[in-house]
Amino acid sequence: MFSIRQLTLALTLSSLATLAVADTTILNVSYDVMRDFYKDYNPAFKKYYANKDNITIQQSHGGSSKQARSVIDGLEADVVTMNMSTDIDAIVEKGKQINPGWEKKFPNEAAPFSSLQVLIVRKGNPKGIKDWNDLTKPGVAVVVPNPKTSGNGRYTFLAAWGAALKQNGGNEAKARELTSAIFANVPVLDAGGRAATTTFMQRQIGDVLVTFENEAEMIAREFGRGNFEVVYPSISIDADLPVAVVDKVVDKRGTRVPATEYLRYLWSPEGQEIAAQNYLRPRNAAVTAKYAKQFPAVKLFGVDLFGGLPAAQKKFFDDGAIYDQIAAEIAKKK
Amino acid sequence: MKFKQSSVLPGFNLSLGYSVLYLSLIVLLPLTALFTKTMGLDWATFWSIVTEPRVMASYRVTFGASLIAATINLFVGLLIAWVLVRYRFPGKRFIDALVDLPFALPTAVAGIALATLYAPNGVLGEPLERIGIKVAFTPLGIVLALTFITLPFVVRTVQPVLEDLEKELEEAASSLGATRWQVFTKVIFPTIFPALLTGFTLAFARAIGEFGSVIFIAGNMPFKSEITPLMIISKLEQYDYMGATAIAVVMLVVSFGLLLLINGLQWWMAKRLGRTK
Repeated sequence: MFSIRQLTLALTLSSLATLAVADTTILNVSYDVMRDFYKDYNPAFKKYYANKDNITIQQSHGGSSKQARSVIDGLEADVVTMNMSTDIDAIVEKGKQINPGWEKKFPNEAAPFSSLQVLIVRKGNPKGIKDWNDLTKPGVAVVVPNPKTSGNGRYTFLAAWGAALKQNGGNEAKARELTSAIFANVPVLDAGGRAATTTFMQRQIGDVLVTFENEAEMIAREFGRGNFEVVYPSISIDADLPVAVVDKVVDKRGTRVPATEYLRYLWSPEGQEIAAQNYLRPRNAAVTAKYAKQFPAVKLFGVDLFGGLPAAQKKFFDDGAIYDQIAAEIAKKK
Repeated sequence: MKFKQSSVLPGFNLSLGYSVLYLSLIVLLPLTALFTKTMGLDWATFWSIVTEPRVMASYRVTFGASLIAATINLFVGLLIAWVLVRYRFPGKRFIDALVDLPFALPTAVAGIALATLYAPNGVLGEPLERIGIKVAFTPLGIVLALTFITLPFVVRTVQPVLEDLEKELEEAASSLGATRWQVFTKVIFPTIFPALLTGFTLAFARAIGEFGSVIFIAGNMPFKSEITPLMIISKLEQYDYMGATAIAVVMLVVSFGLLLLINGLQWWMAKRLGRTK
């Protein structure tokens, strides 16, 4: 599947290269939900960079891990912008296209903005859902993407697990109980975040959808604001959305300077403002203050609660790990 | 030896060589790559990957649903082929073209269309839900998607054989006093049976590998409605290339085994009916 995509991309790139030889072209390989953001950001960056070079930015979107795999398999991305640091780590380890230490090349562990997991409920909140505990009630159907195939789904799992830890003084058994009860209420496991949104909004399945805060804004734009409500749980997970320059590719293509600039500009006041407009939580204090109204204060915990994402992946999502065990228990009970 | 005989058609050696080369490049090489990739695993690891309970459950779902779908199409496909060959009615050409649609349609589109139609709020899903039948996001949904995808196989393999069937044979049989049922079981059925079996095999084999349409309608619940291709994808999602190819090899071996078995059955049937080549 992705080999065809690669081919098309290569063809578009090469044809563009012949059309405008003086142009510098960089390819940003990103995940699904960022499409809207980069549509706004790319023109702004081009304008900013215009006096140094005339730059063309190519975009590729898809599931975050799938995109990382395309890069590993040879898709020549100058920069990658993902939703989980483990996806970039995979490129470091498996493909060796990115040098270790990428997270130190930019501020905030190379994550220019963040999001968090929120609960999206039907209009008027008929099931009275306020917090994670409400998702375990019998008769509440919870729509979540599959943690095995989606970063979004993994964040949902970690958000529920971490919230239970925080509310029960670090009791792992309670965390497992809550998470297991939530996943027992899942009627459909879609492969990715966008598919889960479709299941919830278009097919009208489920009472609550757990997804990123910025995806809620996309739903509002797509389906209208009156059709649903966003519920902020009492505590949620801070999802940092990391970016990296693909060292091997930029060295080969001689695009290190524009590629680095492209990512650095994400931290500029303008880049941060565009992020805020797309409901991504900015790092810049002034921008944060300006958009404070649209980002309610939520108690957050980071992935360091689990010893970082690689540790969390191993503990929860590897084959035979906790998520698989929970899934097996749920199937047995039914 | 047969090879020494001069053929009516010239260029046998060249065309055989070309065919073998082409098949090797297009089919054999990728499959060999699949096997060599799994060679990196030792036998115990390989075995534990491919017999993991969740993967085992997915084999049951995939092969079970494929078998049901192919069986449904065995009957429905024969019926459609029969109607298309034996009767004349307005819109026949249109129906005939419609049969091929599942071939041409991107399977993901089929999956989304079926999911929309049969979802609890869908046009067909809603009335079915009221009488207590859930289609979308259950194993039934998988069967439905696979039935849709594999419909053309039986129709298109049986149709030409039915067209070649001589009406005179049937007339002779009935003039000699055979009942309609006897004509069918003794005259028509033995002739079309090999084609029917071929159609069934093709449909079954196609269904086993299907991913695009099923993924949207299956619900993908662990142990209940996860198909084997999804297991492969979720392994890839974890950058576990070895694990993914291990399961792929199992699918390959099982599918090939089944194809051989059905081919063998066909050969045996043909021999029994005295039609050996």
